[in-house]
Amino acid sequence: MSGKTTGTVAGEQRASLRRRPFFWIIAAVIAAFALAPAIGNNVELRESLLLATVYITLASNLNIMLGYAGYINFGSIVFFGLGGYTCVYLISAHGWPLAAAELAAGVAVSFLALVFGLGILRLRGAFFALATIGINEAVQAFVSNFEPWGGAAGLYLPTTIFKPLGGPMRALWVVYFLLVAVMGASLYLSYAVKSSKFGLGLIAIGQNEDAAVVLGVPAPLYKALAYSLSAFLPALAGGLYFFKSAFIQPSDAFDLNLSTEAMVIVMLGGRSTVTGAAIGAYLYEELRGYLLTSQTFSSFQLVISGALLLLIVLFVPGGLMGWIYGRWPRGKEVLE
Amino acid sequence: MLGIIAAIIDGVLIGSVYGLAALGLTLIWGVMEVINLTHGAAIVAGMFGLYLLANAVHIPPYATLPLILIGGFLVGIVLYWISVHRLMGRPPLMILLSTFAVNLVVIGLGTAAWGTDLFNVPVSLPSVTWGRYTFSGTHILAAALTTAIAGALYLFLYHTKLGKAVRAVANNREAAELAGIPTTRVLSLSFGLGVALAGAAGMLIATMFPFTVLSGDAYQLKSFVVTALGGLGNPAGALVGGIALGLIEGFAGQFMPVSWTLVIEFVLFVAVLIIFPRGIFAFRRA
Amino acid sequence: MSALLAVEDLGKSFGGLRAVSGLSFTVNEGEIVGLIGPNGAGKSTVFNLINGVFVPDAGRVQFRGGNITGETPYRVARHGIARTHQVVQPLAELTVLENCTVGACFGRENLPLYRARAVAREAAAFVGLEDRLAMPAAQLTIAGKKRLELARALSAQPLMLLLDEELAGLNATEIERMLEVIRSIRARGIAILIIEHLMQAIMGLSDRIVVLNSGQKLAEGAPAEIANNPAVIEAYLGDPALAASLHGGAPA
Ligand SMILES: Nc1ncnc2c1ncn2[C@@H]1O[C@H](COP(=O)(O)OP(=O)(O)O)[C@@H](O)[C@H]1O
Ligand SMILES: [Mg+2]
Repeated sequence: MSGKTTGTVAGEQRASLRRRPFFWIIAAVIAAFALAPAIGNNVELRESLLLATVYITLASNLNIMLGYAGYINFGSIVFFGLGGYTCVYLISAHGWPLAAAELAAGVAVSFLALVFGLGILRLRGAFFALATIGINEAVQAFVSNFEPWGGAAGLYLPTTIFKPLGGPMRALWVVYFLLVAVMGASLYLSYAVKSSKFGLGLIAIGQNEDAAVVLGVPAPLYKALAYSLSAFLPALAGGLYFFKSAFIQPSDAFDLNLSTEAMVIVMLGGRSTVTGAAIGAYLYEELRGYLLTSQTFSSFQLVISGALLLLIVLFVPGGLMGWIYGRWPRGKEVLE
Repeated sequence: MLGIIAAIIDGVLIGSVYGLAALGLTLIWGVMEVINLTHGAAIVAGMFGLYLLANAVHIPPYATLPLILIGGFLVGIVLYWISVHRLMGRPPLMILLSTFAVNLVVIGLGTAAWGTDLFNVPVSLPSVTWGRYTFSGTHILAAALTTAIAGALYLFLYHTKLGKAVRAVANNREAAELAGIPTTRVLSLSFGLGVALAGAAGMLIATMFPFTVLSGDAYQLKSFVVTALGGLGNPAGALVGGIALGLIEGFAGQFMPVSWTLVIEFVLFVAVLIIFPRGIFAFRRA
Repeated sequence: MSALLAVEDLGKSFGGLRAVSGLSFTVNEGEIVGLIGPNGAGKSTVFNLINGVFVPDAGRVQFRGGNITGETPYRVARHGIARTHQVVQPLAELTVLENCTVGACFGRENLPLYRARAVAREAAAFVGLEDRLAMPAAQLTIAGKKRLELARALSAQPLMLLLDEELAGLNATEIERMLEVIRSIRARGIAILIIEHLMQAIMGLSDRIVVLNSGQKLAEGAPAEIANNPAVIEAYLGDPALAASLHGGAPA
């Protein structure tokens, strides 16, 4: 929401999304993601940016619950994994085209999230967080035993699957552009939520849920909607990601490390900021890329994620953007 | 029929150890309303403590228990100062994240050192035959040691001055502070105790089952299930909840593959949390 | 004239403690009713029962002729009842304007965001916070936070306000300014139910007073009647300071 507090008292206009600078910043980011690897057909760059699109998608959607509403979701990866499974299953077992399978995955997972959400969002604070761990584990354990989805062995897609998209080489590009679109939609979504009444209600819940409810914020409904909304785009991303791999198994689909990384990213960039999720994801990707290639650090990735998270929580709880806005309040008007 | 009864009794023996682990979690929650997400790491540390001391230093397996209790206590106090103290009074989300972060560091270091291979500490104890049933000696001894530790904790909390201070802080921190109790020291001590209990439980589990660096997550989740069943913040509830979980596992194991019992546990956990959210909160008020 | 708010035979226990029992009273449109009683008498609990923070064990709450007993706080807010908290509850990291905007957005009018900002701005100015609109609520002084409670409640454009010890913790000048604000709220026709320990203030403000003791109604009447009621004086005798102020504060 706007930090704009001076100006005309009367006749405040509805702030149009397009009049805000940040709208154009997001558009530029999307364009850069789409064009950079396409120019010169740079496959290596594409693969590294592809991971960044997944991180940004997961982090900005997680931010809706964690940043705005103040609810830790340790299991945000469930949406990604279930989206992947639904999509791969519909394609492999029922021969659905990618677009239809994606749409079905998004809708089905959001609906499931709404049902989960109405249940577990009655829990406050730490208890909610514990329940999200439980859900992730329960879903993973269930899928590992669920024969139609291949159980612990997982599901494969035949290589012929890429034919309709013009062969494997072209298909990888198509999937990449679709992931960029999902990432862009995620950024716009967290931006649109933040500048809406719905977002204001969520942020009020995150600050003090009891007070928010007394002020009239319908917290149970808002939390369930936010939970469900934040499931949709990660489910799409999961569908695309595992379609591209042509393989999905429980340990990849519900990898708690990815949930953890999304959380580190949100805290690194700045909880409750739109820009933070994107910048945090970029920084984290860079760091990870460096650590993975560096001999000494490659086996210490978890240690470094953890140490980073601890340092942020202890010393910079607002994250990078929170720190910047603390020193440069006007920045919030431009970048949020 | 024979199989079921034996499996259930064995479940109770193992469940008591789950109860011991959950006791660590519940003690910390009861005293400072903090959910300690280093709990799983503490359990694994107990397992590897046994492995190192028994295999490398050749200390008899059960003699490592006091060392692990003391070590866990000291490490717990350090953890309190690193990850909890600074964040007291801030949104609870922050402590959840900081303890989670420490957990990542510990597990990360463990994976770097030992990978994710399966470890096993050979403990040879004769099994016990009672009528037509036969039980593993390690299971019986684990349950007995659990009972002893829980009893010692009870004596500490209810019959020592320091224990009374712990309970006073749990009841009302401000009032305790006003009454001259050094609350911060009590908090760090309680955190140390909680971690020590988790470590001891890990050590006892390692005498019964093989383990990996990543086993902590699964046992941490069992502790959550146990506390959800028994009421978070309630020590007696933790033991009863642990035995209940052991019973459920032992019973369910007779009818379905082990991999499905995991599903049952987590569904049970979420269901209990959802159906009795007030029940869990209300306990502290009563 | 029918009552705006009618509380009938209200009861609430916490464990074995009967915090409120058999309580009935009404508040009419445009009226200021004072709710007084010793500490722990159950006054704040009555507010929590009216606005749905607690569900009563017994009795009914009627607002504008409709039954709102046990409705959630956010629905009660939508009906047009706004409140302040005895212990201030700011949305700490949000600015003063944003705090008030939440009140305006989700209050009785359920306003869209862009209209809510204008209402919020006006409410903040009404309580004298116009020069601190951009300040995070956490940085306000205690008096500022008390004002913010009031501004947020007013932003909801309520039909009725519940004020819980708005004057507690303020100094003499701040109290005077707050009383002025409360009087001008009354001038807008908003009914007020007010809990207050400062006898002089509440005796001067209220049209009627309800006295609570141990969760039950001890007396009800015009300020002058209450000040001379032997049962009330006796209840306050356990609290000599209050008893003294009761006498000192009684209008002649
Ligand atoms: N949430 C609660 N749980 C248990 N007891 C409560 C709760 N809220 C209030 N009480 C008790 O109810 C009684 C009335 O409290 P309260 O309504 O706050 O009194 P007052 O506002 O008149 O000072 C007190 O004894 C208090 O301790
Ligand atoms: Mg009160």
